[in-house]
Amino acid sequence: MLENFTYLYHGFGIASDPFNILLMAIGILLGVIIGVLPGLGGANGVAILLPLTFSMSPTSAIILLTCIYWGALFGGAITSVLFNIPGEPWSVATTFDGHPMARSGRAGEALTAAFTSSFIGAFFAVVMITLIAPLVAQFALQFGPAEKFAVYFLAFASFVGMSKEPPAKTIVSMMIGFALAAVGLDMVTGQLRLTFGVTELLNGFDFLIAVIGLFGIGEILLTMEEGLEFRGKAAKIDPKVVWKTWKTLPKYWATSLRSIVIGCWMGITPAGATPASFMAYGIAKRVSKNGKNFGNGEIEGVVAPETAAHAAGTAAMLPMLALGVPGSPTAAVLLGGLLIWGLQPGPMLFVEQAEFVWGLIASMYLGNIVGLILVLTTVPLFASILRIPFSIIAPVILVICAIGAYTVNNNVFDVLMMMVFGVLGYLLKKTNYPLAPLVLAIVLGDSAEEAFRQSLLGSAGSISVFWSNPLVSSIMGLGLLAGLWPLIGMLFNKLRASPQPA
Amino acid sequence: MKHFQALGLGAITALGMTALSMLPASAAWQPTKPVEFIVPAGTGGGADQMARTLQGIIAKHSLMSTQLVVINKSGGAGGEGFLDVKSNKGNPHKIVISLSNLFTTPLATGIPFNWKDLTPVAMLALDEFVLWVNAQSPYKTAQEYEAAIKAAPDGTFKMGGTGSKQEDQIITVAVEKALGKKMTYIPYKGGGEVAVQLVGGHINSSVNNPIEAVSQWRGDKLRPLCVFDSKPLPYTDKILGDQSWSSVPTCISAGLNVEYLMLRGVFMPPGVTDEQVAYFVDLFKKVRETPEWKQLMKDGAFNPTFMSGDEFKTWLDGAEKTHKGLMQEAGFIAGN
Repeated sequence: MLENFTYLYHGFGIASDPFNILLMAIGILLGVIIGVLPGLGGANGVAILLPLTFSMSPTSAIILLTCIYWGALFGGAITSVLFNIPGEPWSVATTFDGHPMARSGRAGEALTAAFTSSFIGAFFAVVMITLIAPLVAQFALQFGPAEKFAVYFLAFASFVGMSKEPPAKTIVSMMIGFALAAVGLDMVTGQLRLTFGVTELLNGFDFLIAVIGLFGIGEILLTMEEGLEFRGKAAKIDPKVVWKTWKTLPKYWATSLRSIVIGCWMGITPAGATPASFMAYGIAKRVSKNGKNFGNGEIEGVVAPETAAHAAGTAAMLPMLALGVPGSPTAAVLLGGLLIWGLQPGPMLFVEQAEFVWGLIASMYLGNIVGLILVLTTVPLFASILRIPFSIIAPVILVICAIGAYTVNNNVFDVLMMMVFGVLGYLLKKTNYPLAPLVLAIVLGDSAEEAFRQSLLGSAGSISVFWSNPLVSSIMGLGLLAGLWPLIGMLFNKLRASPQPA
Repeated sequence: MKHFQALGLGAITALGMTALSMLPASAAWQPTKPVEFIVPAGTGGGADQMARTLQGIIAKHSLMSTQLVVINKSGGAGGEGFLDVKSNKGNPHKIVISLSNLFTTPLATGIPFNWKDLTPVAMLALDEFVLWVNAQSPYKTAQEYEAAIKAAPDGTFKMGGTGSKQEDQIITVAVEKALGKKMTYIPYKGGGEVAVQLVGGHINSSVNNPIEAVSQWRGDKLRPLCVFDSKPLPYTDKILGDQSWSSVPTCISAGLNVEYLMLRGVFMPPGVTDEQVAYFVDLFKKVRETPEWKQLMKDGAFNPTFMSGDEFKTWLDGAEKTHKGLMQEAGFIAGN
């Protein structure tokens, strides 16, 4: 433990080199731009810039690339809040309250809350990495297919359990999502499913295409119907908004703490940031005393998912370094970079390349601080985008959406699909079907199905595999509890109500 | 040193320009815009790593006058990427790296393409497969593991692998045939994930490529039992204790008569000219001379065989027949 701190101290020495600080600033700014363009995404951004870094030292190179990644994480929140377009899967939950806040003229507050929460989540995750790195890597190894499925189950259950829409509509929406997620190659049998011989469907429906369409295009259609008026127009741009928001944030310490724990946990178990953000939002909604107001622009509904997503995103770096398993596409590209620099991720990295590892960890601390300062100064600037008349901004958003959809797979078919999803999103909203369960199912449906079938293959079809050890049983138990919570609550109320008249 | 290099480069460029001006205009084809490098697999896998390393080497040594851009098209077990190249008839600014899915995907899924629809450029290397177990397990040699599988009922031992009806499962079926016992095959998305599942004890063995599991071996988490090749690997650098790749016996010598190597090759769209193919063959020959490439071959314990032209086509023909035979036996052909 003590020697970790010695290493970290040296790491700070490396990371705070002026050249490296400059790289951090450049990386964050590039990352924010990449994050603002939906579809371009962190993975593509890092991949494009990877060859540029071959002339640098591995430590400088990874600092630049991870800062692009942080920047993209920060940038994803901007479009989620302003235009209801989540650039990354884990920003979806941020739109639920972030966008309503922007529409009621509180974009500055929402952005400040999102950025600050990201910072807090990431910061605590780095502290955790510093303190218990070796233990954490061991814990991650406990996760086989059954444990992974249990985590996905918990994510679905905690989301369904808290939905305020009628359960039937939530389930219909989720089932549409599962059906869409099933299109493409079935990983377990190696056969094509639901592609009907159409080559464009080989890849299935990309999450980003669906989300850009359902949320972004759907939102524009709705706004057009409401008379080309973007309510954010009334927003006053107040440079002090950052301080004002900061004063209110400490009130939500319990939500933040809970989200940090959920995030770190989901990041280490390689479930990732997306289930973390949904789960944190779902639980905050249930536990918070403002829970009823969630979805109408409650600042706590921005704090919870953002904190969790970034704690998870940061914690996920640990399994990547210690086990060589990338937790996200971006991490996979970074992993490719490590190999080119001659660094072999795996159990020996912490021993053989201690200087590199602790330089990277130190750069996570500094990079996050540099990032927070940079993005907070831009809050008034980004919030003022909403003052532009809708008739001008709408076509611009449409073009950005179309470019984003095209960039995902360099495919024009995806742009058409985005339009189709846009109309679907509009229709679902008009008929009061919730979009979130659909999106959750598209994002996690594939992985959940895969983990479920892998577990059953391993147990020769016996469902008892999900109760076969304390770890998997307790996660499944939590999941059942979360999913059945509304029923349990009703029973509890009845039980309490019935003895009184008697 | 820098100046010296710049001078040298200048001189070469000048010479090249003179040489060019003396040749007829049609002689040497050169790319005139960025070349797309299609990877028919996801980010982070073996093919992707190799493509990105190639991109890095080519950029670092300025081996091409335009850029090389890596694009992943992994849909339908890589079918998406191959179809994209097939449909770009006569486009010399597109190349694709292949893995065994060049043969297995059309057979297993019925996606309409065949290697003959593409223009073969060169074989860059062959990737090896190794039988791995957890270092905590009692099996020190392939023979001991084989005996344990034979002694247990069908399906007791779990083999993890990448994808379904692809190379890892083909090897697993061949192993089952050789031993006369069924194993439980569990497909995962990528080789790195398989290695970690083996470290965590969720599966009993894997047939990971060397590069996917070498770091776990170095950390004494996994143990290589044998390599699915006809002769042991040549690399003698120490990895764990005094063990090296060259100390891993062949599976054949351990009584497991299975041999399998995976193609890492480059193809172009149909209808390109011979000059255009020659340009890329020449490019990859230059890449092979760089220290970075040699390091990659050593790190991943690759079999660095290089082939182009008719020799490569003959090899492809043979490999296609082998795969068809293996997949037919295993019942992996689509439409069955």
